[in-house]
Amino acid sequence: MPAIKSLEELKRVREEALQKKKVKAAAGNVQVIVAMGTCGIAAGARDTMKSVLNFIETNNLSDVSVTQTGCIGLCEQEPILQVVVGEGPKVVYGKVTVEVAEQIMKQHVQNGTPLKDHVLPI
Amino acid sequence: MREIALHLLDIAENSVAAQSQSIRIEVIENLQSDLLSVSVTDDGRGMDEKTARRVLDPFYTTRTTRKVGLGIPLLKLAAEMSGGGLSLVTEPGKGTKVEATFRHSHIDRMPLGDLSATFLGLLVSYPHIHWSFIYQVTSKDGLSNSFNFDDVELKKVLGDMPMTEPEILKFVRGMLEEGVGALALQTVI
Repeated sequence: MPAIKSLEELKRVREEALQKKKVKAAAGNVQVIVAMGTCGIAAGARDTMKSVLNFIETNNLSDVSVTQTGCIGLCEQEPILQVVVGEGPKVVYGKVTVEVAEQIMKQHVQNGTPLKDHVLPI
Repeated sequence: MREIALHLLDIAENSVAAQSQSIRIEVIENLQSDLLSVSVTDDGRGMDEKTARRVLDPFYTTRTTRKVGLGIPLLKLAAEMSGGGLSLVTEPGKGTKVEATFRHSHIDRMPLGDLSATFLGLLVSYPHIHWSFIYQVTSKDGLSNSFNFDDVELKKVLGDMPMTEPEILKFVRGMLEEGVGALALQTVI
């Protein structure tokens, strides 16, 4: 791996990202939290995470933070994904497959409308 | 779990929960000695002897949400089913190393799986942790190649720029996928 060349490239990529981020900052921060306990991982949470990151990358979404949490005690509903838009309430989704994650990213994270079908009543 | 990479993710989550500042994941495939060894080493809070013995028990967990743990026992079972085993070295206040070995050619050995997705997820989700990933492959005729990823230089360049910005994400994902992919190819030739 040509490490030095890569890091030079990264510096350039960072500058570009910084410019775009400044423009988009007004949109408000969105937090996406993937539950990654043993139960979540066994149910496919890593691929759910991959789907979230993939959506951010292919749709050029800025200002979305992606984090993880452990088991939240609803193992039968895994993979679980939580979305918080700005100062809004935390929306908890259950059985978030790769496809559902993509829908949530599109409808909730990008357009601000929660995906009612998959919201857990908690 | 269907992939060794998922077990590694699961064990690494334990390291994160143990308040580690630095976590190293190693995957060593040796086709010459027919051995696959994977390990997660952290500098977290570690365990005393009594706790270390208990983590191998599926009915022990530190979690408060339900009564079974399963993570380490599942990996132990997977390793033992394919002619290997699990070792746990830990010291309170110093850290923990969990290592699992497998006979590479064993019919019951689960596939390595998507290592780069495991690495990327951890790197992006826990930016405050110092991550290093080592993937080494030794071919049947004894030639070794390795992909060593350490996030120090990367984070120095990034500064306060989050890794979830699309351009950065693309770069980091590419870096991991290329590094892992080039080596994974050698295991099938």
